[in-house]
Amino acid sequence: MNYLYAAYVATWAIHIGYLGTLVRRYSRLRNEIAELKTRIEEK
Amino acid sequence: MKRVFPILAVLTAALLSYALYEALVAAPTEQTMGDVQRIFYYHVPSAWTAFILFFVNFFASIAYLVWRANKADIVALVTAEVGVIFCTVVLVTGPIWARPVWGIWWTWDLRLTLTLVLWLIYVSYLVLRRFSSSGQTPLLAAVLAVFGALDVPLVYFSIWFFRTQHPQPVVGGGGSIDPRMLHVLLINWLAFSCFAALVCWSRYRLEVIKREVDETLALEALLEPRSAQTKTSRYGSGG
Amino acid sequence: MSTVASLTRATLAKDLRLEWRSKDAINSMLFFSLLVVVIFSFSFDPTAEESRQIAGGLVWVAFLFAAVVALNQTWAREIRNQVLDAYRVSPAPPNALFLAKALGNFIFVTVLQALMTPLFIVFYNLRALGPAYQLPIVAALGTWALVVNGTFFAAMSLRTRSREIMLPLLLFPISIPALLAMVEATGAILTGEFSAKFWIVLLAAYDLVFTIASLFLFGFVLQAE
Repeated sequence: MNYLYAAYVATWAIHIGYLGTLVRRYSRLRNEIAELKTRIEEK
Repeated sequence: MKRVFPILAVLTAALLSYALYEALVAAPTEQTMGDVQRIFYYHVPSAWTAFILFFVNFFASIAYLVWRANKADIVALVTAEVGVIFCTVVLVTGPIWARPVWGIWWTWDLRLTLTLVLWLIYVSYLVLRRFSSSGQTPLLAAVLAVFGALDVPLVYFSIWFFRTQHPQPVVGGGGSIDPRMLHVLLINWLAFSCFAALVCWSRYRLEVIKREVDETLALEALLEPRSAQTKTSRYGSGG
Repeated sequence: MSTVASLTRATLAKDLRLEWRSKDAINSMLFFSLLVVVIFSFSFDPTAEESRQIAGGLVWVAFLFAAVVALNQTWAREIRNQVLDAYRVSPAPPNALFLAKALGNFIFVTVLQALMTPLFIVFYNLRALGPAYQLPIVAALGTWALVVNGTFFAAMSLRTRSREIMLPLLLFPISIPALLAMVEATGAILTGEFSAKFWIVLLAAYDLVFTIASLFLFGFVLQAE
């Protein structure tokens, strides 16, 4: 029985982990874009 | 386009929840294996989804080789990544299922072994993308994808024959399936397919933005070599 | 077509001559294989019966590692002397270069196998219970399978970081059906329990598919450098 829940939890852990990396990459890119914008405005 | 995404996300979440309910509660309990068999409703749809994604990767790679379209390359990258994720799920749920049912964690049965080899091939594909210098990455990756795709039927036949010579238990059960179970299986497959599509879409958009940022940084470095703080995108090539 | 053949022959002859003079590749491969054989001998101490069953796997793992050593240095000379750039601008067909390199590697690995096989027979008291004439066929087909893809992936790895790791990383997963076939065929021939025919046919099919694919796609890889 525990095996059943382990499998389902593992599945979602993997998916959520991947989505987490996507979110992290998104926010980093957003920071980079903000930085680029400030650099352009300085010119 | 962007406003549609949250609506689709909510719908997909609802579908996944319904599919989960069906799998855990509504589906009939299997005779010999008991409740553990319900892993089947996550294991098999993940496998089908992974194979479909790899299939798309193959066509995107060919499209890149023929037309050198940047979009085709991004599609190839995205489907490979998400495909590996789903493949990982198959490889994790498989042994978790096999252990209580057959007492062993792993068996070199056809489906599981094929999935493992595909996983290895596509992980090597992703490693190539990350480690090669960004100029030739799309081309080399596309070539590797073609090689991988050509390999798949050979892998299938080799394992199939190996198994007929050294018979082993089959993970996933063979034979016919109860129509109620088939119904739950298909619902879960639909839910995961929608989920995969949304994840691919997000990853696609992420990659498009990332490439634009990379280009901008490269241009900046070119135009102002003095003030450019030798900054390339911190995240290197291949995302 | 004749340009391909003559160019292949010329390049191959040059490579063999260079290798014969320096014996770089052969020496390192030989020593490496010897080490592998000895280490395996310590790890496994099988009976004659058992050794026939596992010898296929042991032997091919040893040859695989040796092949990787050879493959890693395939393009080293070309890179050092900017030969690839010259090749790219010349009208010479890229297939010829690829074929010459692949054949060169094939010869190196086959020479190595010829030298190592007596050692294996001695260390593991091997004697083929099945049709022994099939062994050279398996060896040739199997070696070509490793070498054709290996030479191709070695070219692909040239501009990647960690070049030496990238080659086996790319080669091993794709080679799995061929490796399985080689090991099973060798085991079948040594134990005499099964027929190796299916595996030999599979190896032949694998060789055909990937030789054609490599010849077809090598042009792309050459351009990509």
